[in-house]
Amino acid sequence: MTTATLDSEVTSTGIPNGKLGTWLFLASEIMLFATIFTTYIVLRMGAPSWPVGWEVLNVPLATLNTFVLISSSVTIVLAHAMAAEGENEFLFRFFMCVTVFLAFAFLGIKTLEYSAKFQHGHYPSTSIFYAVYFTATGLHALHVIVGIIWNVGITLMSYGQWKDPKFAGRVEYAGLYWHFVDIVWIFLFPALYLL
Amino acid sequence: MSEQHKPNIKAYLFVFGALAVLTVVTVSVSHLRLPIGLAVFCGMLIAAVKAGLVAAFFMHLKGERALIFGVLGLTLLFLAILFVIPATDSVATAAKRAQAAAALSPSAVPAEHH
Repeated sequence: MTTATLDSEVTSTGIPNGKLGTWLFLASEIMLFATIFTTYIVLRMGAPSWPVGWEVLNVPLATLNTFVLISSSVTIVLAHAMAAEGENEFLFRFFMCVTVFLAFAFLGIKTLEYSAKFQHGHYPSTSIFYAVYFTATGLHALHVIVGIIWNVGITLMSYGQWKDPKFAGRVEYAGLYWHFVDIVWIFLFPALYLL
Repeated sequence: MSEQHKPNIKAYLFVFGALAVLTVVTVSVSHLRLPIGLAVFCGMLIAAVKAGLVAAFFMHLKGERALIFGVLGLTLLFLAILFVIPATDSVATAAKRAQAAAALSPSAVPAEHH
């Protein structure tokens, strides 16, 4: 164990414990967001009328946010590639910093979107539609904030642990979480804004 | 790092391009103003393809061990149960409501108000 890389870590499952734990955590996260989607479906089907997303929400801003998140997914997977190869510490930190910057950009764009809604007097209590919209996007934004903390932590850890054989695995787990956050948005975007 | 998880930067960039194109496609399809059923089908199908690309390449599910697929398979089973039961109930309720509304329509009850 002392010199083994994470993927060659000897476990009874054949999978590094950190990776299995991360996937089990993501499984619970899938079910968390599934309850939000189910609630949305039931409320929408039971409502006498329901606003069409593109009539009341800002599709261009949400489209821009989609590009921001998929770009951040690429930068974090490139950071993981650098960590896995273990050669270019500078590029690893560069890609992690870009990922964190894009995450802040996502939150900034989301803040613009929320501000416009509040200025027009649209709050979660305004209607069931806005209750669903703010709950789903708000919960997702909370996950983005957790992702920022996780990614900043991993970037700082690289200063002391770059040569640790387990480090690339830790980057991979942060990446798995961040890609999950991206996937949630990939479904939220059409469900809320385009239908 | 196992052989199948070796970083493939070309593949990552190709997937990024595919995700960008699919995002443009999903927004373009929404401009067609399709009937809601077809719009939901197209929107969710494109989203599923995008999610599949992210999972397969960025999350390295392509070539992952069976146990991870087992965990995800079990999760997706419960996810399907969580979606299907309330959706079935909602469809049945909506159908009953439509029937009741049809029965109470002005043509069905012509002499209600004088």
